[in-house]
Amino acid sequence: MVSDKHEELVGRGNREGAQLFRDWFGELSHTAETGGQAAYVFVMGSLNEILKTFDLPVVFPEINSLQTAVRRVAHEYLAEAEDYGYSPDICGYVKADFAMLQRGGDHPMGQVPKPSIAVLTNACNTYIKWAEIWERMFEIPVVTIDIPGTREADGQTWSGHVDFDNDRRYVEAQLRELITTCEEVTGKKFDIDKLREVLHHANGISVGWKKVLELNKTRPSLFNALTDGTIFLGVANGFRGTATGSAYFERLVEEMEYKAEHGIGTLTEELYRLIFVGVPCYPIFRRFNEMFTEWGGTFIHSTYLWFASGGTNRGFEYDTARPIESLAEGVLISVRDAMDSMFHQDRVLADMIEGYHVDGIIYHPIKSCRTVSTGLADARRYLSKHHDVPSLFIESDMMDRRVVSEAQMKNRIDAFFEGLASRRQQATIG
Amino acid sequence: MNNPVFHEWRDKTLDDALTECRDLVEDPGFPTVKRWREQGGKVAGHFQVYFPEELAHAAGMLPVKMRGAPTEPTHADSHFGSYLCSIIKTSLEVAVSGKLELDLFVSHPICDAARNLAAIWGRNFDYPCQILYLPQNPNSAHSVTYLRDEYNRMKRTIEGVVGGEVTDDALRASVAVFNENRRLMRELYDIKRETPWLVSAEDAYALVSIGGMIPREEHNELLSTLLPQIKNRSGRQEDRIRIVFEGAFCEQPPLDLVRMLGRSCYVVDDDFLIGMRWILEDVPIEGDPVFNLAESYIERSSYSPVQHDLRKRKEDMLLNRIKVARAEAVIVAAAKMCEPGLEEQVAYTHTLDETNFPYFVSEFEENMTSFEHLELQVETFLENLLFA
Repeated sequence: MVSDKHEELVGRGNREGAQLFRDWFGELSHTAETGGQAAYVFVMGSLNEILKTFDLPVVFPEINSLQTAVRRVAHEYLAEAEDYGYSPDICGYVKADFAMLQRGGDHPMGQVPKPSIAVLTNACNTYIKWAEIWERMFEIPVVTIDIPGTREADGQTWSGHVDFDNDRRYVEAQLRELITTCEEVTGKKFDIDKLREVLHHANGISVGWKKVLELNKTRPSLFNALTDGTIFLGVANGFRGTATGSAYFERLVEEMEYKAEHGIGTLTEELYRLIFVGVPCYPIFRRFNEMFTEWGGTFIHSTYLWFASGGTNRGFEYDTARPIESLAEGVLISVRDAMDSMFHQDRVLADMIEGYHVDGIIYHPIKSCRTVSTGLADARRYLSKHHDVPSLFIESDMMDRRVVSEAQMKNRIDAFFEGLASRRQQATIG
Repeated sequence: MNNPVFHEWRDKTLDDALTECRDLVEDPGFPTVKRWREQGGKVAGHFQVYFPEELAHAAGMLPVKMRGAPTEPTHADSHFGSYLCSIIKTSLEVAVSGKLELDLFVSHPICDAARNLAAIWGRNFDYPCQILYLPQNPNSAHSVTYLRDEYNRMKRTIEGVVGGEVTDDALRASVAVFNENRRLMRELYDIKRETPWLVSAEDAYALVSIGGMIPREEHNELLSTLLPQIKNRSGRQEDRIRIVFEGAFCEQPPLDLVRMLGRSCYVVDDDFLIGMRWILEDVPIEGDPVFNLAESYIERSSYSPVQHDLRKRKEDMLLNRIKVARAEAVIVAAAKMCEPGLEEQVAYTHTLDETNFPYFVSEFEENMTSFEHLELQVETFLENLLFA
């Protein structure tokens, strides 16, 4: 018999995450309708910590765009942007966002407000080109925050190292400049105690997110990193620095610990534990996952949950006693980690193969995102050369269904699982 | 090094010397770099767009501009997926095929693809493979200080490669060499702009391009010798449209494409290899040379789609380039699969529409070999202007 606690806990993160997401879009629509201010930001270094201190609602154009693909209307937006002159070969997120703004903010989930300010990091170069479009469209302040990343493989430096301290000083100086710009945009005076409060909530999310990801080491895995994980990720980004977000992750950890304790996995009977590398195939989001789960494949981890959370997976905790200095250090370490998850992910994956009992790695490079995709073939070669782990390399897109060939994809996925089954059989025979 | 690495042009007529320059540019075997290495020299390969080459030069290294090559990426192809520009693949190709041996590789986060290169290189080569983080927020009051520190970090890396210190005096001497080099390239572009009938587009391109594969002292000697000869040519102005070519800040069009353009019009300004001409004025010699280089990158520099600066809205910069060059039309190009180039094309063309300025939009690839169709289109475009 299923207990009340089981009923309450299992699946709660998904239910509450979906509701929070709807609420968030509802608030954005309200902001748009009432002409309120909003900040456009990106997932890799949203600087929500500062923006929330000024009560600025945040809009994530990446999330808006992927929602058009999940809701199967992305092609309409892409076509409008391409009619305007944007190439089929550039990022689909940019084009969907551009077309949505051309429509006055009409989005399948509601109304997106116009920006009063845009804040971005250099974690993705397309962020920069994208923000330049807004600069032209809206004549708003565009603040680019340079976050210097890892200079070479295994070359991360830490506090006390001359290079790290140089980078941290630069990030801190830029954050102070951002605060000044926010004061000008909102007409509000910066309140450092409010920043402390926001950082405290952000800490709750960071700690919870790290814990949730680590808990998926459990066998069977507790959540599907590709599907469930994307819901959690949305909350981690949209509600960063809020009491709501912090509470959500506290409850999510509770759910996952309960599931781990009771051996409750996902709906899939776990035969093969997989890691996903890349960006999800949103145009066929559910079907893409099914092509794996039908074979008993579960995604126990995804690099997407690392870089698309801006490196929150590191679990960096801000020191609220020295808020701005610590924020600079945390942003530097976290966003750098997000970049490492894209460029040097082979190092982390190699370490995970044993501990997470990984049976295979699925590389999914996409046309739209060269940041994530350019190095994947080489990283796969490297990993295959040094570690005995099967992998699959399938290319498609996160937005553009013209380059998503479901039948071809299924053929390759089926062949991959046949190989895994044969490998397992041979290992059993010895 | 005692012996010049590029001697083929010496004691030749101007036309023959220019032929040697063009041949060198099109040679995917990097013979000058090989000669440098045979003399015991070390090589710093730096990917497009800009690198403070003075840092490597002062250490006695040969800075080599990695800008792809007219070659098929037969070895490198398996290291990449689809949907990528050619230069990314061919740059790795020349390295993994052994045509270009390096002691240091540096790339920059200029675009989403290129920022992966240091990691890719690092998985395939044992020498240091790094990213140099040039600021994308030059509008921060702290950006120059940051860049000075970043250059100092790179200087330490270079010192590790050569096994010796790079002194301020050595760096100042290198800055002086490069100042002279930039002055000579400005002189060449003055010729292109003021008397374009004296130097063909392809020759001008080759004269700049070889600077990225030979020591700058040699490049200075070559330009100092040939530029006066070019000025003394007895060419005659023809009735051709003056155009600006925009879109070659990273991947380079094949020389045949530049040659084709030169047959149809005067290319009076462009962004070919803009990184070599990035700094527009002399870098100050006095004071901290590293700081001076950093400040010059931010305060005395050109523009490109991959460098963000709120003071330099790209379409305004293009309009200014057109105005200064007294151009009558612009070719708004982009390398295939080049995200920043393709995105900037939209801003450029809409601005040109608003100002009612003639333009021709095109994509190119460094490996393209057929130009007939493109030539026909360009000629039609230009004839429409000539006989409108």
